[in-house]
Amino acid sequence: MRLTCLIAGTVMAGTLVGGALPAFAEELHVPLFSYRTGPYAGSGIPIANGMHDYLTMLNERDGGINGVKLRITECETGYDTQKGVECYEQVKGDGALVISPYSTGITLQVIPKASVDKIPVLSMAYGLSAAAEGNTFPWVFNPPDTYWDGASAIVTDIARREGGAENLKGKKIGYIFLDAGYGREAIPLLEQMSSDMGFELMQYAVPGKEMQNQSSQWLNIRRDKPDYMIMWGWGAMSPTAVKEATKIRYPMDKFYGVWWSGGNDDAAAGGEAAKGYRTLNFHGVGADYPFVADIQKYVVDAGKSQVDPAKFADNLYNRGVYNSMLIAEGIRRAQELSGKTVIDATDMRAGLENLDITEERLKEMGMEGFALPMKLSCTDHSGHHKVYVVEWDGKDWQKSGDWFSPDVDMVKPLLEKAAADYAESNAPWPERTEPCATN
Amino acid sequence: MLYRESGQYKTSYIADQAIFPIREDRVGMVLIGLVALVIPFVASDFFLNAIMTPFLILALAAIGLNILTGYAGQLSLGTGAFMGVGAYSCYKLTTIFPETNIVILVLLSGLFSAGIGVIFGLPSLRIKGLYLAVTTLAAQFFLEWCFIRIPWLYNYNASGAIEVPERRGFGDIVLTGPAAGAMTQYFIVLGIVVVVTLAVKNIVRGRIGRQWMMIRDMDIAAELMGVRPLTAKLSAFAVSSYLCGVAGAMFIFFYLGAAEPSAFSITLSFQILFMVILGGLGSLVGSFFGAAFIWGLPIVLRAGLPAIGIGIGAETVFHIATMIVGALIIFFLIVEPHGLARLWSLGKEKMRVWPFPYA
Repeated sequence: MRLTCLIAGTVMAGTLVGGALPAFAEELHVPLFSYRTGPYAGSGIPIANGMHDYLTMLNERDGGINGVKLRITECETGYDTQKGVECYEQVKGDGALVISPYSTGITLQVIPKASVDKIPVLSMAYGLSAAAEGNTFPWVFNPPDTYWDGASAIVTDIARREGGAENLKGKKIGYIFLDAGYGREAIPLLEQMSSDMGFELMQYAVPGKEMQNQSSQWLNIRRDKPDYMIMWGWGAMSPTAVKEATKIRYPMDKFYGVWWSGGNDDAAAGGEAAKGYRTLNFHGVGADYPFVADIQKYVVDAGKSQVDPAKFADNLYNRGVYNSMLIAEGIRRAQELSGKTVIDATDMRAGLENLDITEERLKEMGMEGFALPMKLSCTDHSGHHKVYVVEWDGKDWQKSGDWFSPDVDMVKPLLEKAAADYAESNAPWPERTEPCATN
Repeated sequence: MLYRESGQYKTSYIADQAIFPIREDRVGMVLIGLVALVIPFVASDFFLNAIMTPFLILALAAIGLNILTGYAGQLSLGTGAFMGVGAYSCYKLTTIFPETNIVILVLLSGLFSAGIGVIFGLPSLRIKGLYLAVTTLAAQFFLEWCFIRIPWLYNYNASGAIEVPERRGFGDIVLTGPAAGAMTQYFIVLGIVVVVTLAVKNIVRGRIGRQWMMIRDMDIAAELMGVRPLTAKLSAFAVSSYLCGVAGAMFIFFYLGAAEPSAFSITLSFQILFMVILGGLGSLVGSFFGAAFIWGLPIVLRAGLPAIGIGIGAETVFHIATMIVGALIIFFLIVEPHGLARLWSLGKEKMRVWPFPYA
């Protein structure tokens, strides 16, 4: 009896494995690494919905991109690097055009692999900052800004409020971060800025396991009384930090988050008391854009989305949309450059490298005012674009102040050095052989 | 049926003491060996990279934990951390001695893990059972803390991760790093796992292994009969940690390619503990069964469910896989508490007495 069960089980398992063969057709495969489970799901779900819905909208409204349908697959990573690698292996052989790891940890793992397997990695405003150096990392893209741009932008904004960079001398700036590849990414730049400008940098690490219990870190913050706080939080860490900050009555208008700590749920955890909490942003907030109406019409109302109607078009959802827009525009550019509609990963790389989203194109997409024009080049895979600050008004994010540029002069040489260091410590790092495609 | 032993006579002690005394077992092993050698030539890179290689590595880690928990009866929750010690020491070794063959370094790095294991095994001389589990849990947290807080361990890398450099060997074949072939890595892992498993098999059926089992079954009686608990328990910790260390080093160098400290978290420890419990405590073949089950099932479900036309979201598949694995663990613990290995040996018994099974 048990024996037959065993045999039946083996046969079933065999058929399952055998059935899992990829199918090829006239389509563009865009895999999305998402995490709708685990401790980071709070941030991961709106992102995943936004990314998925924009691409679905292109399929429904335009029949894909230039007549070729997109095949959108989601691979659940749970923000776990191990599962991310597994997802990567899974999509690698399946005609994946571009990898969006959505986790700095997974990005770090995937960067060396992708360069060998020749699949571009689009880590939109996350991942390895040094990857902006296109000559060292031809296969990795991190537009519109790197983490170092983000950190320098926050310090720039603080300096503006203090009335000049010279007034930062002697100030104390606290940095509370998720103790993982993601949170540590900004430290080298902040340390450099602190020695250049003379402010004191105080670091408060939050281990991933304890991100929902930050009382000890905030106790220290209360004791140290930093003049400003900068946060690099993600998942359950950000709402907890905002709540703890309101508990110790930290002045919220001096509390800055990077763009990833700007979820609506993150700030809402502090409620009214979190008023004034601010984060960086590089795309519009709210639903008053024509493309949002299209998503509503073709995807949400058609029941093809998983989004909770109350959370439709919130800040992180819009960011997912922005990311998908970059993917779609990269595909479009690649089609233009290669002259074929069904492109492969190599074409996609060239497309991303020559990405040039103009004001007219934004208007065409119904994204006027949602994003700024952006352009990438062979050498610059990030672009160091302008950002702005959004402020929490107790209910929603409001634009506060104008778009401004991060401290590019400061960041650029550091990026070059970091890229050289990376290539050296990962020797033999392959030399760039990909030609600079131009139109 | 298949197992017809009649006519197989053992005429010497050597034949009687063989690892596989029955001819059918030997034939089976040869067949499994052939399949293992043929797989890389027929399977896809995904199958090798994401299923076979990690399965073999985790099976070795499960054998490591099985030595400690299954054979010597010392409950441990620090497996993940001991694997981490192996991985980090291998990383340090290869950055200090870049010319040395990585396979040698992987095998050496287990020694560091063994040393750490012995230190954290010292409390086992005084405390037992769940209390010992708590001290190994402390080892887990302490070592994980070290991986995060001692930057020397990861060569002051800004992101706190260890990245596997490219290493060549055996006549300029790329063994590690992103350019390494799936087949190369599979064969290295297979080689190490087979050799180490054979060595362990001979340890557990010899004097040392019997000491472990005596300690497990009744430590006072064992002591009265002349087994020294100090050497027996600490040698179990040493061998177990050595195996875990080697597995951890291989996990990073031949599978993941880079690792953050969180790769060696308590989750990994539990995963391996489940493999051991489900596979069968005190059984080497059970470790392989357990590893295949815990590692393979979610992947098969995730790749298989959409392929047979059940089109559900990625995260639903994930939830379902977790639920099925959880339900199966409970099911097996009720139906067959001795794990898959016991199921296998029952099946074998039945085949041996075919057509009149009574077991």
